[in-house]
Amino acid sequence: MSTAERDQGRETGQDEVRQIYDPVADTPSRYRRSPPEANPPLDYPPYKSTQTRHPKQPLVYLPHTVTEITGPQLQQAVRLAPTDSDLTVQHGGEPIGERIIVSGHVYDTEGKPLRGTLVEIWQANAAGRYAHRWDRWAAPLDPNFTGAGRCETDANGRYEFTTIRPGPYPWGNHYNAWRPAHIHFSVLGRAFTQRLVTQMYFPDDPFFPYDPIFNSVRDERARRRMISTFNIHETRPNWAQAFNWDIYLRGPAATPFEEAF
Amino acid sequence: MIFEVTPSQTVGPYFAIGMPYEGGHLIVPEGTPGAITITGTVYDGRGEVIPDHLIEFWQPDGDGRFVDVHGYGERSTLDGFRGFGRYGVEDGDGTYRMLTVKPGRVPGPGAGALQAPHIDVTLFARGMLNRVVTRIYFADEAEANAADAVLQTVPAARRHTLLAQPVDGGYRFDIHLQGADETVFFDL
Repeated sequence: MSTAERDQGRETGQDEVRQIYDPVADTPSRYRRSPPEANPPLDYPPYKSTQTRHPKQPLVYLPHTVTEITGPQLQQAVRLAPTDSDLTVQHGGEPIGERIIVSGHVYDTEGKPLRGTLVEIWQANAAGRYAHRWDRWAAPLDPNFTGAGRCETDANGRYEFTTIRPGPYPWGNHYNAWRPAHIHFSVLGRAFTQRLVTQMYFPDDPFFPYDPIFNSVRDERARRRMISTFNIHETRPNWAQAFNWDIYLRGPAATPFEEAF
Repeated sequence: MIFEVTPSQTVGPYFAIGMPYEGGHLIVPEGTPGAITITGTVYDGRGEVIPDHLIEFWQPDGDGRFVDVHGYGERSTLDGFRGFGRYGVEDGDGTYRMLTVKPGRVPGPGAGALQAPHIDVTLFARGMLNRVVTRIYFADEAEANAADAVLQTVPAARRHTLLAQPVDGGYRFDIHLQGADETVFFDL
């Protein structure tokens, strides 16, 4: 797109989004590298399965080339449908549990909203049981709840799901281990560098101090970025509670020199 | 103001509830002329297969053109080309399979350089608190590989772990998280 075309879009207000995030001009050529404490280490002994599943050799620095700064659009591939974002209407009846609306924005680290990016979630049901063959936890399955959803962020980078509040559940990591209630999130981002899979937690979960996965993020402020907030203003009266959770993906490197190869 | 990123957490054992989609492994549609299958097995540090892994590919077409969400560069004209593949199933046996075309060469890093054909790979699994990232290069591209700036930064004794080996109908690319043949993973 030429500068003239862009300016025309600005003047007519036809494409307000583009002013926020021009798909070409604003494509970062290099992405910011997060400080080490921002993410959990791959080797984290309290989470036992990491023992045989982390690389032992040092990682090799990868410069950001065209392969890393580009990314796919999967909306057609996944055949995204409006009901994909409401996990309570995917079966014949209503699932059991607390109905909640989970919404937020996907931003980059400069605070720019990421529009049109695919957000995917999966979770346990209200009793803490996953509709997965290998989940053997002795809690009931809910025939009206699969626990999977998809949506894409809108022009402001906003996503929204309607679902059931998931229950905590025990797991085999150590004696009497329980996972805090959580919803798994997968965010495609707009570049290979931005791909993120994480978990959203709920405020004040009593299991936080005992969970090695949550605590694998060693920095307390970073941990807090995984916890949603209750929002009374977005609750739907006589219908659903509401939780907000914003997601931040890597943004552009601050200067060309920061990422020099 | 710079915001910090949302931290990564493990994909866990039950991602197959939500992550697969029909034809996820089809980076090109079935029947695409020149299509190849890239298959491989993912191993943990005990040499046991990891059945609950989720793997994703990102690559250009045979002409080095992407189907990028930003419209970066010249867009691929290959019919139905997605450039992206995802494999991860409820009853996994540790071996993934993607249908694709061999990628073409793309520029970088830096001005004037050209990279050897490669595919960017993301691997997730239970027991991994963050993704690991690797690149697939091709063993039958010796000349291009020798001139590839990224591959040349990899210790020579480990480069073979990034080379997909030609097999009937395509290539094989196994991934070892640990051990003598530990795959090279990148700091992205």
